[in-house]
Amino acid sequence: MSAEILTKAKEIAKRWKNKPENIIEMMHDVQNEFNYLPKEILETLSKETTVPIARIYNIATFYNAFSLKPKGKHKICVCMGTPCHALGAPKVVSALERELKIKCGETTEDMQFSLDISGCVGTCGLAPVVIIGDELYGPVGIQGVPKLVNKYKNK
Amino acid sequence: MKSYRLQLMVCAGTGCVSNHSFEIKDALEKEIAKHKLQTEAEVVTTGCNGFCGAGPLVVVQPDGIFYQMLKVSDIPLLVEEHLLKGRPVKKLMYVPPKEEAPIPKMSNIPFFSDQTLVALRNRGMIDPENINDYIARGGYKALAKVLMSMTPDEVLQEIKKSGLRGRGGGGFPTGIKWETCKRIQSDTKYVICNADEGDPGAFMDRSIIEGDPHSVIEGMMIGAYAIQNICEGYIYVRMEYPLAIKRFNIAIEQAKEYGLLGEKIFDTDFNFDIKVRRGAGAFVCGESTALMTSIEGNPGEPRAKYIHTVEKGLWDKPTCLNNVETWTNVPPIILKGAEWFSSIGTGDVTHDAWGGSKGTKVFSLAGKVNNTGLVEVPMGITLRDIIFNIGGGIRDGKKFKAVQTGGPSGGFIPENLINLPVDYEELTKVGSMMGSGGMVVMDEDNCMVDMAKYFLKFTQEESCGKCIPCREGTKRMLDILENITSGKGKEEDLNLLEELSNVIVESSLCALGGSAPNPVLTTLKYFREEYEAHVKDKKCPARVCKQLLTYTIDEKQCVEVGHGCGVCKKNCPDNAIIGEIKKAHHIDQNKCGKCGVCYDVCRFNAIRVE
Repeated sequence: MSAEILTKAKEIAKRWKNKPENIIEMMHDVQNEFNYLPKEILETLSKETTVPIARIYNIATFYNAFSLKPKGKHKICVCMGTPCHALGAPKVVSALERELKIKCGETTEDMQFSLDISGCVGTCGLAPVVIIGDELYGPVGIQGVPKLVNKYKNK
Repeated sequence: MKSYRLQLMVCAGTGCVSNHSFEIKDALEKEIAKHKLQTEAEVVTTGCNGFCGAGPLVVVQPDGIFYQMLKVSDIPLLVEEHLLKGRPVKKLMYVPPKEEAPIPKMSNIPFFSDQTLVALRNRGMIDPENINDYIARGGYKALAKVLMSMTPDEVLQEIKKSGLRGRGGGGFPTGIKWETCKRIQSDTKYVICNADEGDPGAFMDRSIIEGDPHSVIEGMMIGAYAIQNICEGYIYVRMEYPLAIKRFNIAIEQAKEYGLLGEKIFDTDFNFDIKVRRGAGAFVCGESTALMTSIEGNPGEPRAKYIHTVEKGLWDKPTCLNNVETWTNVPPIILKGAEWFSSIGTGDVTHDAWGGSKGTKVFSLAGKVNNTGLVEVPMGITLRDIIFNIGGGIRDGKKFKAVQTGGPSGGFIPENLINLPVDYEELTKVGSMMGSGGMVVMDEDNCMVDMAKYFLKFTQEESCGKCIPCREGTKRMLDILENITSGKGKEEDLNLLEELSNVIVESSLCALGGSAPNPVLTTLKYFREEYEAHVKDKKCPARVCKQLLTYTIDEKQCVEVGHGCGVCKKNCPDNAIIGEIKKAHHIDQNKCGKCGVCYDVCRFNAIRVE
């Protein structure tokens, strides 16, 4: 493991005072920084906080926010709230699957895009909603999907 | 403080921001500078205005002129006509469905005029990232009042008398919760604000935090003072709400700067501090014990509540947890009095805390309704008033079918119960619940079996897996529903669903499992014929369940009206559509993946679904 990553892990632990109860907050920071939870970092966090590594993996697999696999550069999330569902979000997911040629939950081979569904993001007035990175789009129709994806290609 | 002739309140809730309201703000400022109006007109970014379906929004105060669906290219005209020449721009105003004349003033638009604002009292009026705005609207006055002139017991009595009940869904009387927590002997206690608003289709708490974060903090502080021995407060916000987390952190920093959080607040012996914790995408963490376990740094699994959290909660200390909306209601009760609050709503709470539903409730109105957004209404208002007056009726002239309240724990309410008054008990009686306030409207195009399956899939995926009835039971129910919607259902399945539901309700560990079957039970009760159509005739009457559908093209319509435009062929992902331009097209049933794209893209109504 590079010294840089180790320093980063220690820095994140320190940000939360190395306290075991703050482990979820640390993991949030790691996820935001690296887009997934690298094994080496989790091991470092375990040492720094005294939280057993088994517990850390328990947390990582329990909560939807965390991923143990690297995600694409552009994370596409389709909101699956009730209004989005009622207004056709499943069709949008299918359209994205066809466009990206991956299944929901997967990442494209070139690591550009990953496709997931998300819990309600609370912008129901814009249903159906798609979130790409920090940007929120809505209402998204199936015809708008290719254009939306193109916007992020090679970016 | 500087005063301006005009203030332009730009909505900066998540909905409007994603519709580029910040670009609108920049354009406004640029145009104002161009016309040298900087000393007369100020642009303010506010929290969520509520009318999310009409964003981006700008309200020009003091007249309250309401502009909607703005584009950057509209701004030069708006500034020149309204700000410079004093002529409000009609074409940018709101026009009610099926009418022609625009309504200039926000206060005259039915969506706003039929609401009663208590929890949302500051919406659209303040900049949520500026504590001075909150203070200017009477913020922290209630805190000053309790610290300077009321004993903790007096505060508690006031909340009890008001009849305030938990807005997170359970409807537990807030005053009784505080009192029980207060009674337990302990040097260390906690207050928590539950902002893990997980119900799909609910965004009340998000809007409150994004629009008025200080009101939650003030409410928590008043609660902490009344309960006493509180060492800290926690706010647990779900990570899907990044803007809410940001605004809470800003609010806490500003309150600390002003000495409103920290030690010796208002020079009294009252100390209080708040920490923000991010949820990690687990619905079950909205359950109080699971939420506390999560704050402690564990997977959020709930526990059986033989001992209530007010006795042993966070780190086994007495803990008082309330929802965002409940905390927000506290300051106005202190300022205006319990009598004022209990004059709104239904029933009588003077002798029985469960005797009525007092105050207002915020609902997030969404789905197939014309005006989607956030509405705050007095308890006791009918569903019809909410959906048809405030909500402006059903979109595209379709027929109303049902309204879903209470999220995955609630149920579907059919058209014949549309005059039902909204209060805790009435909604429970018909098999649904108040829940946190999600209200999703369904029309004739929604299949009730599909919707029940949707909710069950949600709870099944979110089940933490600790107890068997919820983990296994919901899985089996989902299997049955999958069968029904794919044409493999049997008649006896319907009774089996009911039987399984009853077992899960009776034997689950927490409320997630205990209420998970509600969407299925209510749809079985009110829309049994739809289930029967799926099971007996293998048909989906609302034409939603893919595997029961056949798509065909009405060749006459295709040629005569659409002139064989070929759009369906171009968009079909399965290459199942055959035909040439200007000639009739048809679908190869062997190739058709039943995705419905052709139906959505055809502008000539030539696709038939059976």
